[in-house]
Amino acid sequence: MAFDYEKYIRPGKLPHIWCPGCGHGIVMKGLIRAIDTVGLKKENTAIVSGIGCASRLPGYMDCCTLHTAHGRAAAFATGVKMAKPEMDVILVGGDGDGTAIGGNHFIHACRRNIDMTYIILNNKIYGMTGGQFSPATPTGAKASTTPYGNPDAAFDIAKLAIGAGATFVARGTAFHANQIDKLIAEAIQHKGFSVVEILDDCPTTYGRRNKFKSVIEMMNHLKEIAVPVKAAEKMSPEQLQGKVLTGVLYKEERPEYTDEYAKVIERAKGAK
Amino acid sequence: MAKKVAFLQGNEAAAQGALYAGCNFFAGYPITPSTEVAEVMSAELPKVGGKFIQMEDEIGAMAAIIGGALAGSKTLTSTSGPGLSLKQELIGYACIAEIPCVIYNVMRGGPSTGMPTGPSQSDVMCAKWGTHGDHPAICLVPASVQETYEEVIRAFNLSEKYRTPVMVMPDEIVAHMRERIVFPEPGEVAVIERTVPTVQPEQYKPYDTSFGDVPPLAAFGSGYKFHVTGLNKMQDGFPTTKAAIVQAEEERQVRKVDGNVDDIVKYEEYLLDDAEIVVVAFGSTSRSARFAVNEARKQGIKAGLFRLITFWPFPEKQLLALSKKVKAFITPEMNLGMATGVVKGVVEGNAPVHGIFRVDGEPINPGQILDKMKEVK
Ligand SMILES: Cc1ncc(C[n+]2csc(CCOP(=O)(O)OP(=O)(O)O)c2C)c(N)n1
Ligand code: SF4
Repeated sequence: MAFDYEKYIRPGKLPHIWCPGCGHGIVMKGLIRAIDTVGLKKENTAIVSGIGCASRLPGYMDCCTLHTAHGRAAAFATGVKMAKPEMDVILVGGDGDGTAIGGNHFIHACRRNIDMTYIILNNKIYGMTGGQFSPATPTGAKASTTPYGNPDAAFDIAKLAIGAGATFVARGTAFHANQIDKLIAEAIQHKGFSVVEILDDCPTTYGRRNKFKSVIEMMNHLKEIAVPVKAAEKMSPEQLQGKVLTGVLYKEERPEYTDEYAKVIERAKGAK
Repeated sequence: MAKKVAFLQGNEAAAQGALYAGCNFFAGYPITPSTEVAEVMSAELPKVGGKFIQMEDEIGAMAAIIGGALAGSKTLTSTSGPGLSLKQELIGYACIAEIPCVIYNVMRGGPSTGMPTGPSQSDVMCAKWGTHGDHPAICLVPASVQETYEEVIRAFNLSEKYRTPVMVMPDEIVAHMRERIVFPEPGEVAVIERTVPTVQPEQYKPYDTSFGDVPPLAAFGSGYKFHVTGLNKMQDGFPTTKAAIVQAEEERQVRKVDGNVDDIVKYEEYLLDDAEIVVVAFGSTSRSARFAVNEARKQGIKAGLFRLITFWPFPEKQLLALSKKVKAFITPEMNLGMATGVVKGVVEGNAPVHGIFRVDGEPINPGQILDKMKEVK
């Protein structure tokens, strides 16, 4: 039987705002399957986002949804999770939202290891505002504000998350749609701050400026650059040039923030 | 039984007031001269099962208290000038999304880093116009340690009642001075809780105006699923650009405060019955003003004091009425004329308004006010 996505979609809120060929919808379907796999209760699940095309995702989901301000999803979500640790909290947003304006909140959420899952839809560009370069735009790429090629260096978002202390970090692509739900499900089940970076595409503002003739070409590009971590172990540095690793990149057990705060409460009560 | 008394600093009293009001969530970022609030909350909140979190910056702290409030908590943040500037975008978010929360801001010299330990009253305009767009604003300006305690409780009550952020803004002198404070018994001061929905989850709309201008607010995780956004929204919380809805919702948001001015505005009238010269003052400056009024009376000058306790909404009606009876207003303030400008606008030229402005980090002393009285009498 076909998977029933409608069960998790808010009645009457489709069609979505995304352009034809945008990868964000593929990620949303993956998220829905992951929520179903894990068995999260809709009324007990908060989905929190910032601002951007990617950040419109929560509005379509039939859960407790919080569309915040640009870059602030992790900080709002931290408030929700601290106030109600029993809720499942999922963050969604773009590369610009999460690593430029929201970079500070992002790294500190990683550091605290607060039990939330952050799905970053990395299309390497500010889609919503018409294609300005983001911290994930490759050096040399064209964006509406890099007409002569991007002079900036790009973040490796997954590495950034690992460096900042996230205890579960995975990467997938919109091409490998069937893997997305598995990565997200594992991330949700992980106790601690988990980050899932999904490389997707923005044909409208990135593709057309960077010589991708079609969405299919963009998808094929994702397919070509992706190397599963296991396969990468057997590859030489030369072979790995220009590739990105996919799958679960990092996993560690470390005390979780709301658990630690529960101990603070115990100590404070004892000190009375 | 004798009431509990203590010798407290304004900031400590603020924290105690928040606890009395049922605050169970604090998020902040250290900044002089407000840090004591965070320190007290970090110690006291976990004792009662509440949550304290020090965020990575003031924006994060503002975001966290909105998130916490949406999950059902009564939330507070404390800060000072530069931090208040950083919080502004999200104060606007709390206004449009209609999330109750309290922002305690100690006024120090500005702009920018300004004078971190010097007193000031120059954030009062930021309280109303700091965030962009039309929005409701409530700002309370206590003048003593006791009043700081009481006004923080009132701030929580107003915030819950009107589903909107409320600011409490003592100047640095009030925040740091120590005075005797008498604590109310539990239950002695009313504590207001937000109205929560009683409809079935399927029927719930977070901005359902059939319940009036302040619709019930469900908590995340309480069985209700709904959407919250900073975009102009419809009754069900989803974004809209429909002109009529946007206009009506914007007006309702502002009307929650403007339509309830009498409930929100609080002030003190001191020797106003026969007063010819009226000092309009707030915060620690009003203490100098009271002293000056007493001195003036001894010297035969018919002086009085109109003390603002609520700064926003401004007591326009009261000052307009007063302006028809008096010879002159004197408006001392630790800024370059913020309240003075508002008073001038309100009194419609019925009486002259003479400002006394100080931004050098020194308080306005009674002598300065008395001199001005003699000058204008
Ligand atoms: C404070 C603030 N600054 C700037 C903007 C404008 N803005 C809206 S979305 C966006 C970029 C979104 O890009 P990204 O997060 O990568 O998501 P995408 O649209 O590509 O999915 C920007 C800069 C804003 N809304 N708020
Ligand atoms: S502009 Fe780009 S990111 Fe936004 S919806 Fe269109 S394709 Fe997707």
